[in-house]
Amino acid sequence: MIGLEHYLTVAAMLFVLSIAGIIINRRNLIILLMCIELMLLAVNFNFIAFSRYLGDETGQVFVFFILTVAAAEAAIGLAILVVLFRNRRSIAVQELNTLKG
Amino acid sequence: MFHTILFYSFAFVMFGAAIGVVFSRNPVHSVMFLVLTFFQAAVLWLLAEAEFLAIVLVLVYVGAVMVLFLFVVMMLEVNIEAAKRGLTRFAPLGIGIALLMVIQLIQLIWLRSQGFAGTDGFAATPEGYSNTKALGAVLYTEHVYAFEIAAVILLLAIVAAITLTMRKRPGIKTQDIAKQVAVRAKDRVRIVKMESEERQ
Amino acid sequence: MYSYYLTIVLAPLAAAIVAGLAGKQIGRAASHWVTIAGVGISCILSLVVLKNMFWGGAGSENISVYTWAVIDGLHMEVGFLVDRLTALMMCVVTFVSLMVHIYTIGYMREDPGYQRFFSYISLFTFAMLMLVMSNNFLQLFFGWEAVGLVSYLLIGFWLKKETAIFANLKAFLVNRVGDFGFILGIAGVVMFTGSLDYATVFSSADSIAAQNIEVFPGAPWNAMTLICILLFIGAMGKSAQAPLHVWLPDSMEGPTPISALIHAATMVTAGIFMVARMSPLFELSTTALAVVIVIGSITAFFMGLLGIVQNDIKRVIAYSTLSQLGYMTVALGASAYSAAIFHLMTHAFFKALLFLAAGSVIIALHHEQDIRKMGGIRKYMPITYWTSLVGSLALIGFPGSSGFFSKDLLIEAVKDSHWQGQGAVYWIAYLSVLLGVFVTALYSFRMFFLVFHGKERMDAETKTHLHETPAVVTVPLILLAIPSAIIGWFTVGPVLFGDYFGDSVFVVAGHDVIGEHLAATWHGSLGLLTHALMTPVFWLAASGVFVAWFLYLKRPDIPETMKTKFSGIYNLLDRKYYFDDLWIKGFAAGGRGIGQFLWQKGDELLIDGLMVNGTAKAVGRMAGVMRQIQTGYLYTYAFAMIIGLTALLSWLIWLR
Repeated sequence: MIGLEHYLTVAAMLFVLSIAGIIINRRNLIILLMCIELMLLAVNFNFIAFSRYLGDETGQVFVFFILTVAAAEAAIGLAILVVLFRNRRSIAVQELNTLKG
Repeated sequence: MFHTILFYSFAFVMFGAAIGVVFSRNPVHSVMFLVLTFFQAAVLWLLAEAEFLAIVLVLVYVGAVMVLFLFVVMMLEVNIEAAKRGLTRFAPLGIGIALLMVIQLIQLIWLRSQGFAGTDGFAATPEGYSNTKALGAVLYTEHVYAFEIAAVILLLAIVAAITLTMRKRPGIKTQDIAKQVAVRAKDRVRIVKMESEERQ
Repeated sequence: MYSYYLTIVLAPLAAAIVAGLAGKQIGRAASHWVTIAGVGISCILSLVVLKNMFWGGAGSENISVYTWAVIDGLHMEVGFLVDRLTALMMCVVTFVSLMVHIYTIGYMREDPGYQRFFSYISLFTFAMLMLVMSNNFLQLFFGWEAVGLVSYLLIGFWLKKETAIFANLKAFLVNRVGDFGFILGIAGVVMFTGSLDYATVFSSADSIAAQNIEVFPGAPWNAMTLICILLFIGAMGKSAQAPLHVWLPDSMEGPTPISALIHAATMVTAGIFMVARMSPLFELSTTALAVVIVIGSITAFFMGLLGIVQNDIKRVIAYSTLSQLGYMTVALGASAYSAAIFHLMTHAFFKALLFLAAGSVIIALHHEQDIRKMGGIRKYMPITYWTSLVGSLALIGFPGSSGFFSKDLLIEAVKDSHWQGQGAVYWIAYLSVLLGVFVTALYSFRMFFLVFHGKERMDAETKTHLHETPAVVTVPLILLAIPSAIIGWFTVGPVLFGDYFGDSVFVVAGHDVIGEHLAATWHGSLGLLTHALMTPVFWLAASGVFVAWFLYLKRPDIPETMKTKFSGIYNLLDRKYYFDDLWIKGFAAGGRGIGQFLWQKGDELLIDGLMVNGTAKAVGRMAGVMRQIQTGYLYTYAFAMIIGLTALLSWLIWLR
């Protein structure tokens, strides 16, 4: 039997990797969305691990909701992305700086 | 021990796949790596005896969300060559920060949590325990409002996604049913009385 | 007597208001009639008051007319203190003012600002009466400033003349310096006594003198010395004592009647009057008296020297006024207050006479003021000539004239004063007043000879129109010449030795030179007259006249050669000891420089530039820098969030 720490460590590394992915990625917005999915996955890991080790199902219910919201977010995010691509013919992150001050 | 080996081998594959998601040049490959990551995650969740969520992850995420991703990636025909150009100028700093966070988190997890009760093994489950049944029992009772809201959010996502992506192309001939129904004869037909032509 | 006093003060004010506000409506003649009537009423009533004092034995009266404000126990009142000193001043002021009013009819005949002029001089009479009749410091200050204001208005009466505007601004600013000291002195009085009322202040004079004040930390000054010196600074401004004298010669840019009334007879003597009025204070501070006597002697001698090189007829008289004011100040410093006031009175008559005579000459020569373009006027203007001669003789102290009695006794008083045997102060004062007599005679008769005798140097055009001035001009001359000639004879005894002033001036025991020394040798006016030939004063004056005659009538070439030979001294005198340069180029330019510095560096650069606009610019610049952070790239924002998160984590894990 492995301890809680192992789960948490794996989740933490996954989380930090997705953060790094968000920062260093300039290729396209889809990768960014995927990184966010990864991040949510890492969070879910923590929830499940705690839920199991503490014997409380609420954590898993939370994961369920996170999955739901993530699915919705992915759907809307991709829709926005499609609209964006339609308007600008590009989804490269480095070109999306209309907000520049 | 076997459990540990299984855990780490799957975790290792998952982590490798996640790296692939971030660093692969072709977005299609990224999506495929992400699918792999989710599969490995599902396996790890199974190991943690969270069977329902593992299955949901595979069915909902891999089966629906990732397919959607794949659709979009392929539909957009992103220029792979253009996308190849390097990383952001923050890359070294980003990686440095990421390493710092890893160190911090690991320190937090391994050193600060010493003596934290109930971290050695899974909580005991009663005989004949069903993860799905247990989840369902709380989901439809305690968390029923949240559940309803989640349903509304999903509906909202459907409406939003369709609204955003639907477009009217000019010059396309379509029927306007409402207009067709609303037609009245006297708007369209004009009866003209006129003299018949003189005989020649 | 209450109604008398109110009438004396208010009649000129009412006349000034009528002539000033309704001058256009009532016309020129009515304007001068109403103001002459106002001042005439004042003059007659003043003479009645004086008569009651002199022969009726009326005592001094201290009347509070109106309480203007009470602030924390400090009463600010309008009130009259009429004692013998005041009564004398009232008569001098109103009499000279009346003469000047009459004279002005002739002098300003063609001036478009006729009504305005009459309004101003009546207003001046009101202000001066308020000054001398005041029974408290506040009203004194009111009168002080009011006469200053009217003086300013009248010096710049010809407001389109640039030099006049410069002169009135100069007078105003220099007087501000003096008034600054004056109001500080009044503030000191209030600080130590908590009262503005003369009687209260004088009764607590001893307690002031017993206190010290640290103006600069670590250097305690006697409070009385400080207050008296500050008050005297005010007197220096108003009575044009060196180095605040620079405005008076320039004030001659104004019309001549003004020069006679304000800048010779009355307003400039306000400082003398004030010091005499404050004698209970000044007497208690020997240091302040030393300052007074030294300043006075410097003014008396050195300003007289300047009169020798001036060529403007009015400026010569102006420097003579400065010198005579110096004499009065010396007398004040020698504790011979009655001698100072007596000289003030005689001087008011003969100096007003000289000015009006000069004005008469100026009218006759169509506003020519340069004495090098006059000469030989005697036969054209006999009345002016003779009255001028009376004035000049009085000025130099010719035996028998009013100036003789006042000046001779003044010099005697200085000679025997309590400064005797006190070293430098005594000799400075005594030699100044003694040599001043020679100088006075020299410049007076230089001017007199150049104007009335010798070659006729004016152009032919002027000469054909040269004739005696009309009666409105000559009558005041005659009326002024009479007291100039004889008033000394009658009044010297009672005023100086008959204890005329009584308790209106205060002299501490041992200082009273007139009562203690001169009275012992006093044998009446005739005695003084016969004694005159024995004194150095007479011989100095006589030699001054002789030198003037020799240099300017007999051998006019000598002054020219001297001018070139002693060009250093001549330049020094011609540039008035560079006082004007000191004030204008030093203080005024320095002030402007500081102003410019504060404006450009302090205000525009520091406040506007750095603080007001600087704040806005700093915000703009910071925003410019901050704006670089807003790249618009998604990863930058994400990065910023992550950095914040990392920092928070670091704090939680490592620092907390």
